[in-house]
Amino acid sequence: MRIQIITRRWTLTLGLGLALLLTACVVPVVTTPASSSPQPTVTEVRPTPATAATSQKLVLYSGRSENLVGPIVAQFQEATGIQVEARWGSTAELAATLLEEGERSPADVFFAQDPGGLGAVAKMMTVLPEDILNRVDPRFRDPQGRWVGLSGRARVIVYNTERVNPSELPADIWDFTDPKWKGRIGWAPTNASFQTMVTAMRVVWGEEKTRQWLEGILANEPRTYENNSAIVAAVGAGEVDVGFANHYYLYRFLREQGEGFPARNYFLPGGGPGSLVMVAGAGVLESSTNKETAFKFLRFMLSPVAQQYFATQTFEYPLVEGVSTHPDLPPLGELHAIQIDLADLADLEGTIRLLREVGALP
Amino acid sequence: MIVANATVAIARWITRRGRRGRSLFPAVGTASILWLFALAVTAVVLLPIVYLIVRALEAGVTAWALLVQARTWQILGRTLWLALAVTMASALVAIPLAWLTTRTDLPLRQAWVVLLSLPLAIPSYVGAYLVVAALGPRGILQEWLEKLWGITRLPEIYGFPGTLLVLTLLSYPYIFLSVRAMLLQLDPALEEASRSLGRGPWATFRRVILPQLRPALASGGLLVALYTLRDFGAVSIMRYTTFTRAIYIQYQSAFNRSDAALLSLVLVAITLVLLALELQTRGRVQYYRTGAGVARRPPQVRLGRWRWPALLFCSAVVGIALILPAGVLLYWLARGLQAGEQLLPLWRATRNSILVSGIAAVVAVVAALPGVILSARRPSWLSRLLEQLTYIGFALPGIAIALALVFFGIQYARPLYQTLPMLILAYVVLFLPEAVGSVRASLLQVQPSLEEAARSLGRRPLQVFTSITLPLVRPGIAAGAGLVFLTAMKELPATLILGPAGFKTLATSVWSAVSEAFFARAAAPALLLVLASSLPMAFLTLREQERHP
Repeated sequence: MRIQIITRRWTLTLGLGLALLLTACVVPVVTTPASSSPQPTVTEVRPTPATAATSQKLVLYSGRSENLVGPIVAQFQEATGIQVEARWGSTAELAATLLEEGERSPADVFFAQDPGGLGAVAKMMTVLPEDILNRVDPRFRDPQGRWVGLSGRARVIVYNTERVNPSELPADIWDFTDPKWKGRIGWAPTNASFQTMVTAMRVVWGEEKTRQWLEGILANEPRTYENNSAIVAAVGAGEVDVGFANHYYLYRFLREQGEGFPARNYFLPGGGPGSLVMVAGAGVLESSTNKETAFKFLRFMLSPVAQQYFATQTFEYPLVEGVSTHPDLPPLGELHAIQIDLADLADLEGTIRLLREVGALP
Repeated sequence: MIVANATVAIARWITRRGRRGRSLFPAVGTASILWLFALAVTAVVLLPIVYLIVRALEAGVTAWALLVQARTWQILGRTLWLALAVTMASALVAIPLAWLTTRTDLPLRQAWVVLLSLPLAIPSYVGAYLVVAALGPRGILQEWLEKLWGITRLPEIYGFPGTLLVLTLLSYPYIFLSVRAMLLQLDPALEEASRSLGRGPWATFRRVILPQLRPALASGGLLVALYTLRDFGAVSIMRYTTFTRAIYIQYQSAFNRSDAALLSLVLVAITLVLLALELQTRGRVQYYRTGAGVARRPPQVRLGRWRWPALLFCSAVVGIALILPAGVLLYWLARGLQAGEQLLPLWRATRNSILVSGIAAVVAVVAALPGVILSARRPSWLSRLLEQLTYIGFALPGIAIALALVFFGIQYARPLYQTLPMLILAYVVLFLPEAVGSVRASLLQVQPSLEEAARSLGRRPLQVFTSITLPLVRPGIAAGAGLVFLTAMKELPATLILGPAGFKTLATSVWSAVSEAFFARAAAPALLLVLASSLPMAFLTLREQERHP
């Protein structure tokens, strides 16, 4: 087994580059871009500026997708000169990571997709200054002031326009237990927003009526989907006629597939738990050595510029006075949304238990 | 072969003699170094289990109640049934493919090898999405059929059939690559003897070749079964509740790490059972040749007229496992571009993906070697146990392993926390069994007498290893490295949690787009993921062909 000299030389280089990489606990690595013929790796190691002004750096754990909030985070960097080191992930997994990291967590801010994720790590968060909290309606923030909502999301019924006439849609989500909806409903019991809605049902209707609703829907043989996107896709494809989802997913399909996409939102006018408005929000970690910078970040996210961004780019509801909703959306004030404090929706455990008991969750 | 060469070069460099002709390790015995190394590797792999036990001890009454519920056991039964079915189906697909690409004059062999290994790089949730988009009740296929014949609904793909299809298409390369490595090393003498005694080609395959493939089949099959147990993406989109899905629901909705840990330990227990079964299949057979003379390359089987069905079979597998997903992705991409979607430059993500996956592949193979050598050359209950224990975390959902490394990393390795070395360590912990299985199957075919001869001529053990053994197990090393590379390319939870801040790979780009229903935006990185994976695979295959024309 003769090895050609050339091969040997560059494999050695590769091996050395590898050894360098493994011994360097430094992140920036510059390599030649990959091309079809493998080349020796060139490793440049730059020391991290440990003495740099730490106050001008912010570590953000974001459970919201970079596709949605990346641009506004970039705007914050430009406006303030503060460098944001973002870790993008799913809300649940990042919450678990934060709980695992505890007081040693490098994170300053946790930006979560839903109140459940914020509630899970609320005990690790610091009380926010009054001026930040007072920008939003008390409904949309933690009563103990540890997190604040940044944008609103409404529960809706997504319906297929070719198979359903909006006039036959009920006023209250309870009515979907009617047998005429058999085989026509899509839902996502594993989805955090759906579970929050069920928690709202338990608060408003009580345990027994919520169980009856779940059993009634199950009797209608709903099709189970993984998440809101899958529900909207399935409604558009006509796999199901109606789906329980959040309001803003539809607009991404309309943007990607044009106005011909045969699905639309229906806001339940009856004011029941099916008309819940939830938030995506953020809090600052108690362990952060960088709290002032973190507060700056939250103030920016509640500024008209950022709120406008949420309204126009992600089709969510702005939570700050004086910022107008996207023209395609009915304004928050016109929704007959249920008046309920998000903090009352903390009992996720009870909801999971109930969903398990009726067989909606494994 | 890069990896194999790199490994050889590094090993030679380590074992080269100083100027006075002494080995670098004069005082310490080679075996004890191997033992130390193997123990260290096993200890690292066991970290997630330690973490799970720590967390499971905190689990509440509800979790224990959940454990004894009948439904939990039902889910467990369904999960095992799925794992068995996927393993069987994968073997049926993979064995003929492995044989065709090693032993016959099938046209374009190298190209088929590359194409046939690539499905492993497709993230399972993407594969499932694409199968639904293509074959779902109202998917692309149905659209066409409606235009042609007015068919408005296709039969249900969700549930068991869809899950079986997706997981088989994504995981058959485990068996394909390990069986291939084995076939490349088989000595044809036994087959020829069988043929000369009047057995037909089919009977020879069944009675002579297949038994020799047992270690490769067992290790490949084990990987497929464990992969099925750990998969979360495909089962959730195909709506087939497996045990892992139940665990993820704990993490996702209840933020309950303790209950999830308790459930995860059940998966570890299942893994132990499967490992025991695999050990049973090994038995006391020897897999190396002992005859006189020199091992030759087996003659190529001329397919003749059978060429066409063979080509059709390869095309069908590649078509469904690779061309179909790529086609749907292109469709999404085109539709998005029409709607004004911008193509984002993905150079960095591509480079990051290839870099970390490549390094992880090399490190995993190096980490696998000591344990494998010990269990093959110094078989004892302890060496076998060490090797078997490397598999113990392979059935665990990625999030459990990632959180375990968060737990240990933040406490005991703070300077390394959320840096590249930490991420590579995570990949190695996640994918080590892939390297162990392939290298082991190869090593079992090497005659110990060759090594003994070298020893008797005065070579030191390490020199024997680098000059005799390593070159002979190259196919296994290449297969193992290829597997680790392909699966690291698509890894998600550990990359998100343990990578450096803002570290993007192709897999994370796909995920962040798909999770928010930006399908067009997900298409480009997903296509690139498959393309980028094909380059190293092509290189590995071409090198191998140079060696075995």
